[in-house]
Amino acid sequence: MSEMATNKPAAALERRPGTFRAALKRDLLLAFRNRRDLVNPLVFFLMVATLFPLGVSPEPAFLAELAPGLVWVAALLATLLSMDSLFRADFEDGTLEQALLSPQPLMLVVLARVTAHWVMTGLPLTLMAPLLGLMLFLPAEGMPGLMLSLLLGTPTLSLIGAIGAALTVGLRKGGMLISLLVLPLYIPVLIFGSGAVQAAVTGLPLAGYLALLGAMLALGLVLAPLAIAAALRISVSG
Amino acid sequence: MGEALLKVEKLFCERDDRILFDGLSFEVHAGEVLQIEGQNGSGKTTLLRILSGLSRNFDGEIYWRGESLAGVMHDYRASLLYFGHQPGVKATLTPEENLNWYAALHPDIDAAGIGEALERVGLAGYEDVPCHNLSAGQHRRVSLARLYLSRAPLWILDEPFTAIDKKGVAEKEQLILSHAARGGAAILTTHHELTMTGLRRINLDHRAGTS
Repeated sequence: MSEMATNKPAAALERRPGTFRAALKRDLLLAFRNRRDLVNPLVFFLMVATLFPLGVSPEPAFLAELAPGLVWVAALLATLLSMDSLFRADFEDGTLEQALLSPQPLMLVVLARVTAHWVMTGLPLTLMAPLLGLMLFLPAEGMPGLMLSLLLGTPTLSLIGAIGAALTVGLRKGGMLISLLVLPLYIPVLIFGSGAVQAAVTGLPLAGYLALLGAMLALGLVLAPLAIAAALRISVSG
Repeated sequence: MGEALLKVEKLFCERDDRILFDGLSFEVHAGEVLQIEGQNGSGKTTLLRILSGLSRNFDGEIYWRGESLAGVMHDYRASLLYFGHQPGVKATLTPEENLNWYAALHPDIDAAGIGEALERVGLAGYEDVPCHNLSAGQHRRVSLARLYLSRAPLWILDEPFTAIDKKGVAEKEQLILSHAARGGAAILTTHHELTMTGLRRINLDHRAGTS
């Protein structure tokens, strides 16, 4: 007994920094092996930009005016689309249970999961955004605003969405519920995100918008992992 | 017999308006193997989920080494190995990657022992094969390899022998016995006839009214 029980807390402290890295590595590996699922949000993103001019008007001046909001709405919906599956597979194969039973802080595991999700959706969306901007005749001055606002905004979208995903993971059909839970919280990000692009196009200073987006991201980084961890415990407990 | 590792007092659990157990009290001491028996639906898995701290859908008290579970949750998780209804193995990862991840979550596990553990569950040569290419039994063996790695004193095993062949079951029984002999304790459910000696049994049937 004594051999088993000794040094446990000390050992736990020792290896703690490795948890986040190991969890992130595993989540990225999983995402990479299931990469076909990840194409969905990107295709959705591209489809909006392709179909919108066909459906409304191909007039460059008109599209240029709509482009900031349109790209942002498309990015937001693409993120939302990918949210439902965030914890579902882990829940079904029991690895989520194992993560909940780990003595390591669940927040780190959860943060790794969200980071991996962002790397596989938010980051590609941000990198693809200039292409969409081009397709929608967004003036070149708007591009830095578009990229920067998406770079700061999409991680916030992933973090908020993960709270909804964690709350609904125990339900058979949580997809609709996630949207209802999460959309109200997405609205500020959308407003300041597309506001930043508008400002960039009209030559107004960007800093204020970006500072607000950054503040939302900082708040999300600190609070969302707590909320996600608590929500997962409740969902799995049911 | 020494101090009780785990002590359960007046446990009550209701599910879908059906009382699964009421006033369930027992102790698990170091060196003991406890088998939870009962028919399908008698609440075995529910009980194990409650004991593991996953489910909080119960009334009553659980003590770990004499202290209320809620207060020592971190210690408890570090001292627990839980083998759930779902084996907790990612199908797209290889056995080695699965166990590496588990080792990262449990700091007392030495990742260097993973290769040996896989060999002992008969998965030598399968280290780099994605788990979806393995058979159902091999899939569960990946998860059972944790038994060879873990130094946790309390094992909670929910149907660990499902889809495992006879030889494998005998080996795992030996492993559980030697774990108990080292001063550990195990709580398990199974529909296999266990041959191990010194097994204590709790039957949930008359509590649940399923018999």
